Amino acid sequence: MPQLNMVQAINLALREEMERDGDVVVLGEDVGKNGGVFRITEGLQTQFGPERVMDTPLAESGIVGASIGMAAYGLKPVAEIQFLGFIYPAVDQISNHAARLRSRSRGRYTCPLVIRTPYGAGIRAPEHHSESCEAIFCHMPGIKVVMPSSPYYAKGLLLSSIRDPDPVIFLESTRLYRLMKEDVPEGEYVVPLEQARVVQEGKDVTVISWGFMLHRTLQAVEGFDAEVIDLMTLNPFDEETVYKSVRKTGRVVIVCEAPKTGSFASELSASLAEEMMLHLKAPIARVASYDVVLPLPKLEDYYMPGTERIRKALAEAMKY
Amino acid sequence: MAACMLSFYHMPEETIASFSVRRLAVLDEKGNIDESLMPPLSDGEIKRLYETMVLARTFDQRALSLQREGRIGTYAPIAGQEATQVGSALALEKSDWVFPTFRENGVYIAVGHPPHMILQYWGGDERGLKIAEDLHIFPVSIPVGTHIPHAVGAAMAAKYRGDKIGVIAYFGDGGTSEGDFHEALNFAGVFKAPVVFICENNQWAISVPREKQTAAKTIAQKAVAYGFEGIQIDGNDIFAVYKATKDALAKAKRGDGPTLIESYTYRMSDHTTADDASRYRTKEEVEAWLPKDPILRVKLFMEKKGLWSDEYQKDLEAKTKAAVDEAERKAEAVEHAGPRDMFAYTYGKITGRQRKELEDF
Ligand SMILES: Cc1ncc(C[n+]2csc(CCOP(=O)(O)OP(=O)(O)O)c2C)c(N)n1
Ligand SMILES: [Mg+2]
Repeated sequence: MPQLNMVQAINLALREEMERDGDVVVLGEDVGKNGGVFRITEGLQTQFGPERVMDTPLAESGIVGASIGMAAYGLKPVAEIQFLGFIYPAVDQISNHAARLRSRSRGRYTCPLVIRTPYGAGIRAPEHHSESCEAIFCHMPGIKVVMPSSPYYAKGLLLSSIRDPDPVIFLESTRLYRLMKEDVPEGEYVVPLEQARVVQEGKDVTVISWGFMLHRTLQAVEGFDAEVIDLMTLNPFDEETVYKSVRKTGRVVIVCEAPKTGSFASELSASLAEEMMLHLKAPIARVASYDVVLPLPKLEDYYMPGTERIRKALAEAMKY
Repeated sequence: MAACMLSFYHMPEETIASFSVRRLAVLDEKGNIDESLMPPLSDGEIKRLYETMVLARTFDQRALSLQREGRIGTYAPIAGQEATQVGSALALEKSDWVFPTFRENGVYIAVGHPPHMILQYWGGDERGLKIAEDLHIFPVSIPVGTHIPHAVGAAMAAKYRGDKIGVIAYFGDGGTSEGDFHEALNFAGVFKAPVVFICENNQWAISVPREKQTAAKTIAQKAVAYGFEGIQIDGNDIFAVYKATKDALAKAKRGDGPTLIESYTYRMSDHTTADDASRYRTKEEVEAWLPKDPILRVKLFMEKKGLWSDEYQKDLEAKTKAAVDEAERKAEAVEHAGPRDMFAYTYGKITGRQRKELEDF
């Protein structure tokens, strides 16, 4: 089985699905000849031609808007937005059109498209290249939000996302792209959406995370009897897996990269307060970035939760 | 019953609108000028244009080597675009406003933003964007195209106040594909805003060539659809850049509305230090632009006029190197801001939650 990093795994998923399904097309800025600024789409234009792997003009609203039309017509577009911080011109398309097309046409039209985009801080990038604003899209009923944490899951989740009948935002951590390799099977396997996974079992405290932060979390929990959950799909999230764990441990720490206020950690926290209050032994803790404008590289290590902050929250929870 | 009468009218098709696009060039590659087009510039002013371009290039080269040594972060070089940036910026008056992108270091240098602060910004420190009170240049816009409406708004505000200033918005050829470019030009036309749009058409938007960015023959002609003039200029000819910008700013200040200037130039380097242009363009294409170098032709012109000598050049290079050394030294001597700095400017006043978060430090 090949050992692949996340870039290669996503590339493989795209290539295999395009070979299987002629309706899958790829479009975005620099995705063709250049193979994408992170090389995710490398080789696809050579293999499938410029009609199927399209270098578009520099226009995010155009990319997503055109993808919606393609999807409604019957194709399965996989659009790339170069960085999550540049998705904002397309937010009208995502929220007012992609999210609602099924509902507004009472199911006559659907929008099976995927928007892939790199996210996250920690790579010493310029301004706007480090955002983690996943919560915005979780606040749009009709949109699914998927955030893989490793090459194996990235491939399986991307296949599920492309085959999903509804629009999916697929967020790829730039930090994870080349961080590690793991066994990624060639050929078809899927990791279902809307399912979380228990990465590590434990009895004392449930730690929930996703994307890059999962890896910080796994480092931080050493020495604690922690059950670690990789959420994978944020919206709709897997309530069953999360609640089952919390029923067992009675303590929860949620670790996320976004600024705390209005983050997806907040939604989880509120859901847990509603559903699990009587099972809780300790207050729910959110470990998130600070509520400040995302700083440039000189300060970014202060901004994101480090293992120390996660451990502090774990120790605090264990006081109860 | 009357027979159905059919009448035939003659309705000839007519052309109700047509347009043409002017192209301006003053100085050729050999250093010859068209006297009739040459803007009035004293010898001192010509030297200033030349010397500022040399400074901008020297700075750019230094920034690239600092990036290679890991002393600053990702950097977007300006090589090839010095005439466009310096020529337009030196056409500004102190009271005019400027809205640049991430590739305008030549503009920042020309308007007088300290070079060490530019290095500081690209080294990952926001304090490098703190512009002096008497300069009206905005911080770098990394989001492509979405800053262009700000320039229009500032111009509308100046018009409302009756201030006789002009505003320049800079952007790339790629930037003209964003919706905000079109909204900005439309506003400018409708409100007759005193704004000059300078498109640095350097032929590439990362790996996407100009002809894949728009099916239009020129970028200049896009102004026509919004009701004002667009002009193409030789962007490697600093006299053309200077003249077109001066004229457009004067027109704006007269109340005659906006202008789009397409400055036709070339990005000689990779898109940024994170890019490898050899993946998508040929060496031959880049080499074909070498003789069109914007600095070389001014040197040839000055030589003919007796304004240039080996000694002058040697002096200039020594002076320039000293200035860039000084910028590097100053940038590296800046004390680290510390984590509290993150909280200081999110709002005018720190929030309760932020104050609590600050307790972590
Ligand atoms: C809204 C937005 N989308 C995408 C990007 C990523 N990006 C940065 S520069 C660039 C190309 C810009 O091309 P152009 O406007 O021609 O300017 P140039 O780089 O040539 O100066 C792209 C796609 C961005 N910064 N902002
Ligand atoms: Mg360009």
